[in-house]
Amino acid sequence: MLTRTIALLLAPLVAATAIPAPALAQDGPLRITISEGVIEPLPFAVPGFQAETAGAEQIAADITRVVAQDLTGTGLFREIPATSFISTPASFASPVAYPDWRAINAQALITGAVAVSGDQLTVKFRLYDVFTGAELGEGLQFTGTTGGWRRMGHKVADAVYSRITGESGYFDSRVVFVSESGPKDNRARRLAIMDYDGENRQFLTDSASLVLAPRFSPNGDRVLYTSYESGFPRINLLDVASVGRRQITTVEGEMAFSPRFSKDGGAVIYSVSTGGNTDIYRTDLNSGAHTRLTSAPSIETSPSLSPDGSQIVFESDRSGTQQLYVMSASGGEPRRISFGEGRYGSPVWSPRGDLIAFTKQNAGRFHIGVMRTDGSEERLLTSSFLDESPTWAPNGRVLMFTRETQGASGGPQLHSVDISGRNLKPVPTGGFSSDASWGPLQR
Amino acid sequence: MNKYFTVSILAAALALSACTRPDRFGSGADGLGSDIAGAGAGAGFDQSGAIGQSGLGNPDSPEYFAQAIGDRVLFQIDQSTLTSEAMATLDGQAQWLMTNTDYLAVIEGHADEQGTREYNVALGARRANAAREYLISRGVPSSRLRTISYGKERPIATCSDASCYAQNRRAVTVIAAGALS
Repeated sequence: MLTRTIALLLAPLVAATAIPAPALAQDGPLRITISEGVIEPLPFAVPGFQAETAGAEQIAADITRVVAQDLTGTGLFREIPATSFISTPASFASPVAYPDWRAINAQALITGAVAVSGDQLTVKFRLYDVFTGAELGEGLQFTGTTGGWRRMGHKVADAVYSRITGESGYFDSRVVFVSESGPKDNRARRLAIMDYDGENRQFLTDSASLVLAPRFSPNGDRVLYTSYESGFPRINLLDVASVGRRQITTVEGEMAFSPRFSKDGGAVIYSVSTGGNTDIYRTDLNSGAHTRLTSAPSIETSPSLSPDGSQIVFESDRSGTQQLYVMSASGGEPRRISFGEGRYGSPVWSPRGDLIAFTKQNAGRFHIGVMRTDGSEERLLTSSFLDESPTWAPNGRVLMFTRETQGASGGPQLHSVDISGRNLKPVPTGGFSSDASWGPLQR
Repeated sequence: MNKYFTVSILAAALALSACTRPDRFGSGADGLGSDIAGAGAGAGFDQSGAIGQSGLGNPDSPEYFAQAIGDRVLFQIDQSTLTSEAMATLDGQAQWLMTNTDYLAVIEGHADEQGTREYNVALGARRANAAREYLISRGVPSSRLRTISYGKERPIATCSDASCYAQNRRAVTVIAAGALS
């Protein structure tokens, strides 16, 4: 029942944000109200996870907070405060007092327990559908180290999210981005990595040279980015664990930029500019073999592969303005897919394969939008002075992007929004931040 | 007074040439340095003594190039076509480069902030190339001219209106000492 309810929450994704969705009410306890495009989030209760070993109380409380924040952060769930609880479980094994949870209108109940032994951490949890009075899925246990306690909370929240929505989660994931500081006309830029929620931020490079647009490898172990370290734009490959980096030998040209990994992580697709002309190439990382994928006298850049690796979406101004095109991954004649007003850039293929996210510039405003892969059903999710560079959450339900404020004191800040246009919010990054690449769910 | 003024200009020229990053083209033997010998810090001490002719220092100095001739040309929105004003500036640049054969130049292409990041890198490349092609058409050897694009990442004017955008849509010819070794 919970699953069906949240499926309803996720279903009206085709509704444009500006158009009020019809009010939707349902008889029975699982009431969902959609009005003015705002969904009534599903109420859940998560009593503090039990500490099953002495001294585990703090980490148990911290993990409980991560679980709650992950779920409420989606905009699809609302946490019922502990002060409302009628009772709390005496232990992880205690039977659930369903009437006490029904009385406070909790629709989902999450219980958990935490044990610490040395630096070993064990977290287990159960999820209950309060109104049917039954457990939703089986209890699960995660083991790891205490240093990775936040990840354990994300794992629990991912499992809960997945069981209730029927979608895979995205909380146990990381984001690589450009951390920026200093005045607008002399800004320092460094690559940085963080958890999806902005925690555990670490720098990957220093600020000695300009860096642009990092991109995660499919399994998150490496990052491609554009670096001016050599004095000219070149493509660097960075190993996340060792922070070691090397320059990729690309096709000869004055500038190489806009890299992305192939789906197997074994090749790079990117742009090279020579004589003012920018085209897209592919280079195999093992053999070093190059393939030219476009050969037009216009700008072809920002390539992004479909999840099956068979097609590439990219931007080109061959028509006179920036528009989106799709071609075979081996090159060939592209077909234009963007036909609305304005200019379209930085397309990214959804990991689900169903949508392409993009930046649209029209009438002095910038938007993040999504369209089907044939260009139909274009929907704009945001609008501001300058929004750009979307990246997909690993489940294809949320986008992170760069929002820049105007003026001399303005600057970029990562934001996220779900693909219905709801739940728009800044991502905490401890300073200016841009050009996020959202990595895969971690193992 | 004139003497002191001249000295300070010379010092400025020296400082400028010292910080024009002699390794700008990288250390690789890519042929760019083959026709260059001993340029750089000494350039300000031209034996001709033709200093102060126009009150802007040695006309053979990079400073003179940047200030008296003009090191930058501006572009219309989303365009890389050279205006007649830009061509006039580039004519002066070409003349200077043909006279001062010890120098290389890096032409930096830039865009305003009203565009997506990667497109603006490509657009900057197009602008830098437009300036480079024009200089070549005026006789500057192509081997002395390189291009780079910074897209919208290096604005010189920071406001978010048309007056600043116009200054940021530019191609800047940066004179570099040619000493590679």
